[in-house]
Amino acid sequence: MYIVEMREITKRFGPVVANDAVTFRLAKGEIHALLGENGAGKTTLMRILYGLYRADSGQILVEGREADIRSPKDAIALGIGMVTQHFALVPPLTVAENIVLGYTDGFRLRRAVIEQQVGEAARRFGLEIDPAATVRHLSVGQKQRVEILKALYRDARVLILDEPTAVLIPQEVDALFQTLERLRADGLSVVFISHKLDEVMTISDRVTVLRDGRVVGTVLTRDVTQAELARMMVGRETFGVTRQHEVAQGDVVLEMDNLCAEDDQGLAALKSISLSIRQGEILGIAGVGGNGQKELAEVLSGLRKPTAGRILVKGRDLTGATPAQFSHAGVGRIPADRHEGVVGDLTVAENLALEHLHEFTRNGRLDRRAIQAHAEKLIAEFQIKARPGDKVRTLSGGNMQKVLLARVLSRRPQVVIAPQPTRGLDVGATEYVRQQLLAQRERGAAVLLISEDLDEILALSDRIAVIYEGEIVGLLPAEEADVERLGLMMSGAVRETG
Amino acid sequence: MNDAFLVTLIAATLRVATPILLAAIGETFAERAGILNLGIEGIMFFGAFIGFYAADMSGSLWVGLAVAILSGLLAGLLMALLSVTLGVNQHVSGLGITLLLSGLALFGFRLQYGGRSTPPSIEPFGQLSPFQGIPILETIFQQYLLTYVTFLVIVPLAWWLLYRTSLGLQIRAAGENPEAVDAAGVNVFRIRYLALVIGGGLMAAGGAFLSLAQLGAFTHGIVAGRGWVAIALVIFGNWDPVKVMGGALIFGGTYALQLRLQAMGLQLPVPYETFLALPYVVTIIALVIAGRNASYPAALLKPYRRE
Amino acid sequence: MTTKISIEKTDSTPAWLRSLLPLLALVITFILTSGLIIWGRANPFEAYYYFLIAPLSSKVSALEVLVKSTPLILTGISVTFAFVAGYYNIGAEGQLYAGAITAAWLGVVLEGLPAWAIIPLMLLGGFAAGLAWATVPALLRTRLAVDEVVTTLLLNSVMAYIVSALLNGPWRDPQSGWPQSPEIASAAMLPKLVPRSRLHLGFLIALAAVAVVWFILSRTGLGLKMRAVGLGRPAARFAGVPVERTMLIAALVSGGIAGIAGMVEVAGIQFHLIGDLSPGYGYTGIIIATLGALNPWGVALAAVFFGLIDTGAQTVSRALGVPVYLGEVTQATMLLVTLAMFVVQSYRVRIRRRG
Repeated sequence: MYIVEMREITKRFGPVVANDAVTFRLAKGEIHALLGENGAGKTTLMRILYGLYRADSGQILVEGREADIRSPKDAIALGIGMVTQHFALVPPLTVAENIVLGYTDGFRLRRAVIEQQVGEAARRFGLEIDPAATVRHLSVGQKQRVEILKALYRDARVLILDEPTAVLIPQEVDALFQTLERLRADGLSVVFISHKLDEVMTISDRVTVLRDGRVVGTVLTRDVTQAELARMMVGRETFGVTRQHEVAQGDVVLEMDNLCAEDDQGLAALKSISLSIRQGEILGIAGVGGNGQKELAEVLSGLRKPTAGRILVKGRDLTGATPAQFSHAGVGRIPADRHEGVVGDLTVAENLALEHLHEFTRNGRLDRRAIQAHAEKLIAEFQIKARPGDKVRTLSGGNMQKVLLARVLSRRPQVVIAPQPTRGLDVGATEYVRQQLLAQRERGAAVLLISEDLDEILALSDRIAVIYEGEIVGLLPAEEADVERLGLMMSGAVRETG
Repeated sequence: MNDAFLVTLIAATLRVATPILLAAIGETFAERAGILNLGIEGIMFFGAFIGFYAADMSGSLWVGLAVAILSGLLAGLLMALLSVTLGVNQHVSGLGITLLLSGLALFGFRLQYGGRSTPPSIEPFGQLSPFQGIPILETIFQQYLLTYVTFLVIVPLAWWLLYRTSLGLQIRAAGENPEAVDAAGVNVFRIRYLALVIGGGLMAAGGAFLSLAQLGAFTHGIVAGRGWVAIALVIFGNWDPVKVMGGALIFGGTYALQLRLQAMGLQLPVPYETFLALPYVVTIIALVIAGRNASYPAALLKPYRRE
Repeated sequence: MTTKISIEKTDSTPAWLRSLLPLLALVITFILTSGLIIWGRANPFEAYYYFLIAPLSSKVSALEVLVKSTPLILTGISVTFAFVAGYYNIGAEGQLYAGAITAAWLGVVLEGLPAWAIIPLMLLGGFAAGLAWATVPALLRTRLAVDEVVTTLLLNSVMAYIVSALLNGPWRDPQSGWPQSPEIASAAMLPKLVPRSRLHLGFLIALAAVAVVWFILSRTGLGLKMRAVGLGRPAARFAGVPVERTMLIAALVSGGIAGIAGMVEVAGIQFHLIGDLSPGYGYTGIIIATLGALNPWGVALAAVFFGLIDTGAQTVSRALGVPVYLGEVTQATMLLVTLAMFVVQSYRVRIRRRG
């Protein structure tokens, strides 16, 4: 008997189909993994179950009865709880206070009473938590346990965990798995969203693989191998390689030497990355999002200081340099999020001039004619559908990206850092951007392409590196790359370092 | 001589601290919920005026106080409408309310009492003297009822409300992480409205104390920046009602001290104003030391919008 | 068939609506304040005549409008300069007094020098003093990320005490015994622009400040950097703009301009330093900057409008007996109404029919 059934769920965000007639069934007392890359639709599906989104079509049944879930409140009432990647905790409050927030009866809040109740609940579920501890002082693993207890406290019988191990150290992962196994023995049903094959193999009873919004298959974990799962996860029927001819490769222009960096929480995000890129080469970094790509792009753009290691551009040490210094050293950086890369309320012309203002000012005064001319030239050259005086926020996503590209590529940089360059763009804009990157390669630039889109990596790269949990777990020429091999590396099943 | 000096100083400290403490507790609620209410100066001023006016017209000081508190509740509502529902920049809406209420108070005062040659006054609240006859205690504890209520009821009640009730929990959470509150199914807007309305009532009561108890009259300079002092005290007291009370006592003490020293004609190497400026400087230093993380309600100044 | 009415955020407000807004705000303001006028036992329309028209009808009072708007233009521009870069300078009031103190001091100490020497020195001194008073909060913000709203606000009170200490102590006027500083040298007094009026050179200084700030913000690299930082800090940082340094410059120059406001009031109107030199010009400046939408010329216009309201309020008071504080109430109401309209205009009511 299925405790939760989601039938033919379809959800669109504008032109993008996040879930395409997805059917998902969760049995009672099982740990069911939802496996897939970023954008496969796993999180969307669960957010629909938890009431954060509403499906465009399809049905949800909870314990055999049709359910209309419009908000988390409804989901909680049906016994569904979710632990998201970003915790919804209030740091200065205690564990007990966080857990009873919005779930208390009566006006009075007796500290001793709620701490006792929470303590009891923690013991009942086998979770090691101190109800009196202040959340701010807890480790990430402990915070996650608080979130889990929060869901269980509200009598959840279904627990959704969204990429729970993304923020945990190995010991905490073990502790989490022990907790899940105990909860399963108690009759709890768990949905475990992940892209990490080894964990899926370890903890789950069944696996549903999603790809591009559709269900590829649902299998019993013990009946399947990692290789098979990897292929299901990233398999492609056909992919077009648009990379044309070989280009003579020159000297090494960008070198990363044992580069280490931390993320915003202070955890290690990059662990001793060593890579080098030559002139006329595109190095593609493949991987599922959240494995250090963001921090890598930031470190190479001057937005984040590495904690160890070096960055060399044509032999010059640019470790920890500012954005301006990177720019002047010939490194063309494209922002990973174009909405944080453009100043929306400034004009196209102003945004185009912003990175090299000293060239457009004389004695401090703006040379407006030069800025205008520069904008007109770039608009023509890069086919930006906008006028120099338009405010950038009125542009389409594709044109915004063209502005950012134009700003960078018109300088003929020797290195191009391109993180997620086509994310969220339509087909036409995507094609355009990819052609631009290939053109840079022809020109002799070294291009670092970071992308969660395997098609893109395969289409453009000369060499491919796979990043997993902050490390390069594989580096191979494009000709030797096939989807299965990459998939295994991307999901942590295989390491080919050497 | 020294005994009497200290004793009267303590008595004066409690008296001076009362209005600022009331306003500061009110601001504490607002800021804990995530709103910086710069309307505090205007709310105090208007509370002082309307309390005086209502008392004068009705003949009852308690009516005056009630009307003042009501005006504070409404002012808090206005601030909530602007900064919570409309999401207007909080500094500007707060200062706008201060300007509005100051202007209204002065307008009303001039209109009703403009023609007189002598400033109007009323018989202020009397003081309670529970310890008549006992030497030191009789002086210290000769205070207005409002002072008693403020220190013995309002402050503990505020503390209890914030830390021992579900409402207080929600207020504290709303000022730190409104998303978590929303995810828990609690209405963030409603919490912030409530905090601002309660806060406004307290601020106006603080103003009314000045005109109905301390002075028995209303003048232009009756508030004279006490609202800004209250804001400093909230930070100094780490947004905790009891610590805010401590700060208010320190402020009241230094204020009363420098008044006495001045009256005694004592010449000090530094001007008296140094003592008055001290709370502000100390607060700035406290802000620096505390750093970004400390107890600063993390969501202060950010309007909440569910994306 | 169901009808659903929803209120949604919209990105584009029709241009006709946007240009109508100030007028609409004005009308609503007047409707609201007419209640007060009626309470004051006067006719609203008559009051508005005295309020808005009468001051402009005679040369004397028209000039007085400009006199009253002078310090407001300066504080409004000062606040604008900081806000554009995203630095919330609430301390213009204190920075104004810093400039006033310096001007009052220089005006006495430099006695003997000719006017063409003293006045520029006072200008420089006022600017430097305002800048100096703005330095601590600015550094705390850019180096230690301490929020500038509270620090600048608190320093206003500290400055008020400094002024009080000076006026009750070493600067108490020896002749009258009142808490006002000795009168500045006659060469230090700003010359009148129009004889037999109060309009002084300060007005031109204010206009010059507007022009300079306009020039900086729209025609210089610094201005573009400031706007980028204020409108999109992450993007500005990515593009290599030195964010902290830009904010620091904005904060310091803002303080300096507010200091000039203080100098101008001392050297042009009061000729002494007095305790209530400023009835809140620094705070009103924030309101004016908001109404002017951070556009220098808009701010100047808003400042003159506020000057008109200040003058008009006095006229109404004299003519009809309505208390002069009507002015402040009108200004505050205008601000709140405009703020509300800024927000409301970005929403629209959508009526959807689903069949």
